[in-house]
Parts: sequence; structure tokens; C-alpha cells
Amino acid sequence: MILTVSNLTVARGGVAILAGINFVMVSGTALVVRGPNGSGKTSLLRTIAGLQPQMSGQITGAEDRIAYAAHSDGLKAAMSVAENLEFWSSVFGGPSIQPALNAFNLNSLASRRAGHLSAGQKRRLGLARLMVTERPLWVLDEPTVSLDAVSVSIFISALESHLANGGMALISTHIDLGLDAEVLDMTPFKDLAANVETSDQAFL
Amino acid sequence: MRALLIRDLRLALRSGGGFGLGLTFFLIVIVLVPFSVGPASSLLSRIAPGILWLGALLACLLSLDRLLTVDWEDGALDLLSTSPIPLEGIVSIKALAHWITTGLPLLLVAPLLGVLLHLPVDGFGVLISSLALGTPALSMIGVFGAALTIGIKRGGLLLSLLVLPLYIPTLIFGAEAARRGAQGLEFGTPLLFLAGITGFVLALMPFVAAVVLRLNLR
Repeated sequence: MILTVSNLTVARGGVAILAGINFVMVSGTALVVRGPNGSGKTSLLRTIAGLQPQMSGQITGAEDRIAYAAHSDGLKAAMSVAENLEFWSSVFGGPSIQPALNAFNLNSLASRRAGHLSAGQKRRLGLARLMVTERPLWVLDEPTVSLDAVSVSIFISALESHLANGGMALISTHIDLGLDAEVLDMTPFKDLAANVETSDQAFL
Repeated sequence: MRALLIRDLRLALRSGGGFGLGLTFFLIVIVLVPFSVGPASSLLSRIAPGILWLGALLACLLSLDRLLTVDWEDGALDLLSTSPIPLEGIVSIKALAHWITTGLPLLLVAPLLGVLLHLPVDGFGVLISSLALGTPALSMIGVFGAALTIGIKRGGLLLSLLVLPLYIPTLIFGAEAARRGAQGLEFGTPLLFLAGITGFVLALMPFVAAVVLRLNLR
């Protein structure tokens, strides 16, 4: 499968913040999105995940293939780790949660309430959710926030086995993940966006 | 979708607020009415249908605030909207879960409280049927209001102001049917109107609420 993004303009609050984005991703590859704070990484990922509409341009191959993970993991504090995962698994068609528990080292925490986990453990649970969706394209916004070195390596190996199974990943990150991945720098797209007329100006 | 319903019911049971809040509020209001208007049984039995309906409506309103906000704040709504469940399904399930945790318990305790207010015996059946027909509409309209105010911190006041006018037709016909039932009059027409309103709301609101939610998630 292929994800094609052509001539994409990403807007926030009706103002173009990134323009002229073109890239193609094929199965088994990862693409790392880089840029300073406020450069539009999150807006780009949300646009590709379909959570906000693009101003112009085309995204093909993303519909119903995306597992999205952002800063908040959507965990329910009153439910246990296993219950949280089982919920997402049944939403996505009911794959077993055991591989995800194993991969993210959550077996010993399975019956613990999500509200009692540490920030890093919550993050690991949030990332384990990606595996039970069985979706091929992972769109990850700062996945390593609040993870320690061991947890980061757990995440990397889960990511690598996902890629080896023909998955894809679009990741925004500040740290070097040590992945064999292409890098998409936001800066040139930001400069291009300065030339895009807002809808109001175009109307006038 | 069943998984979402089970999760919502489980959360409502565990973290309180869901099951308890509306029901407790309803009990308190109805129990306090005889104290405030006095123990005259003729007066109480005359106002009983209206008071029970008003109490049920306000109890529904009370728990709307948290209906979608919780899922929005912890990011679950973003994740759900990228899941295979359509947003129309998500809002319908939310409304159903709200009705099961709020409307249904009210329906079950209403006869007990009717005794407290000297509701005539003939009126019980109509009261329960009118609540059963009307409260689903209250939950569904409530989800629409919650979707409208989702991005607003402390949006509870705005939510009440937006939702209350939409509740009025349900209240008018629901309370009217219950009153007519209690007084031994013909109650078919208001009950049918009530069913019509609920049918209309259930058919239309999931789509409207989903559109609004999609706009607000951006």
C-alpha cells in the first residue's frame, strides 16, 4: 500500500501554515517529521489522520488505514490496563490484546487501573493501543514523550516489527529514534505558506 | 459499537456521577416539593405530573455537561473519530448510554415518587409511558448540545441555555399527557405528539450532532 500526499496545504484557524507538501510512502517505511515547536507538525499529522480538513491538495491512501496517537492517549482512569486495550481491540474488530501487552511489557500491569499508572506507563499503554488497531499506517505525534530509555527501545522494537510486517509510520519527534527513515523538514513548507492567500484575501 | 456502549456504562457505574447524579437530584427535588408547597393532598395530586416531568427534565440536563467532554479532554474522542465507528454511531451510542444511566432509572423510581405526591392511581401508567416516550429525546437532544459546546471550558451554562428551548416541546406534551392521565381524561393525542417528537429527534439529531462534532474536533 502507498500513501501519497500531493501539494498539500495545511491550515490552522483558516490561515495556511504549511504549503506545497509532497511525499510518497510505501509499505515498510517510516517518515520522520521534524521542525521546531510551532512549525505545524501536529497540524500536518492531524490533517493526514483526517481530524482536520486540508486547505488544498490531496491525500490518498489514508482513509480507514490510520492509527493515530497524540499527546493524550484516551485512557480511562477507572478501567484496568487490559480493559482499556480490550475496548480498543473490540472497536477495531477484536484482535487479541496479548501481543500488545507482551510487546510493551505491560503483562504485570494488566489488572492495574490506568489511573494508577505513571506517566511513562500510561504512554506505553497508549502506544500498545496502536497494535490492537491492526491498522497499517501509524501516525504518531511525539510518541516518546515521558518515556525512559528502556521504554523508548521497547517502542522502537515494536515499531520496527510493525514496519517489517509491511506497516508504515509517520512520526513527529525531537529525539533521534535511530530509525532507518527519511526525514521531512517542516521549514521550507512554512516559507511557502507565507505566500498562500487566506480565503478572506482571496475573496476580497 | 456495542463495545463503546459497554465501556460507557461501565465507566458510569464505576466513577459515580453517571448513575447516581441524575437520580439523586430527581429524588431530592421530588421529596422536597411536599415540604415547600405544603401537605395539601389535593394540590399535590394536581401538580404531581408536572413536577415529576420537570424534575426528570432537570435531572437529565444535570449530567449532560460531562457527556462528551470527558472523552474530548482525554483524547479518546479524537481516537474514536479515526476508528471504524462512524461519528453518527458514536453520538447515538452516547445518547443511549446517557438514557440508560439517567432516563431509565428516573422512569423506574417515578411511580414511587408519584405516591409521595398523591398522584392518582389511574395516572401511573400514563406517567410511565410518557416518560418512557419522552426521555430518549431528552438524551439525544442533550448529546447535540454537548457536541455544540465541547470545546468550551465550563460550557455547562451555555449548554443549558442551548438545550432548554429544544426540551420545551417534549416537556409540554409529556406533562400534558401525564396530567390528562392523572385526571382521567383522554390522553392519546399528547402521547402521540410526544412519540412523534421523539421519533423526529432520534431520526435527525444523530446526523446533526455528528456534523457539529466534526466541526468542533478540528
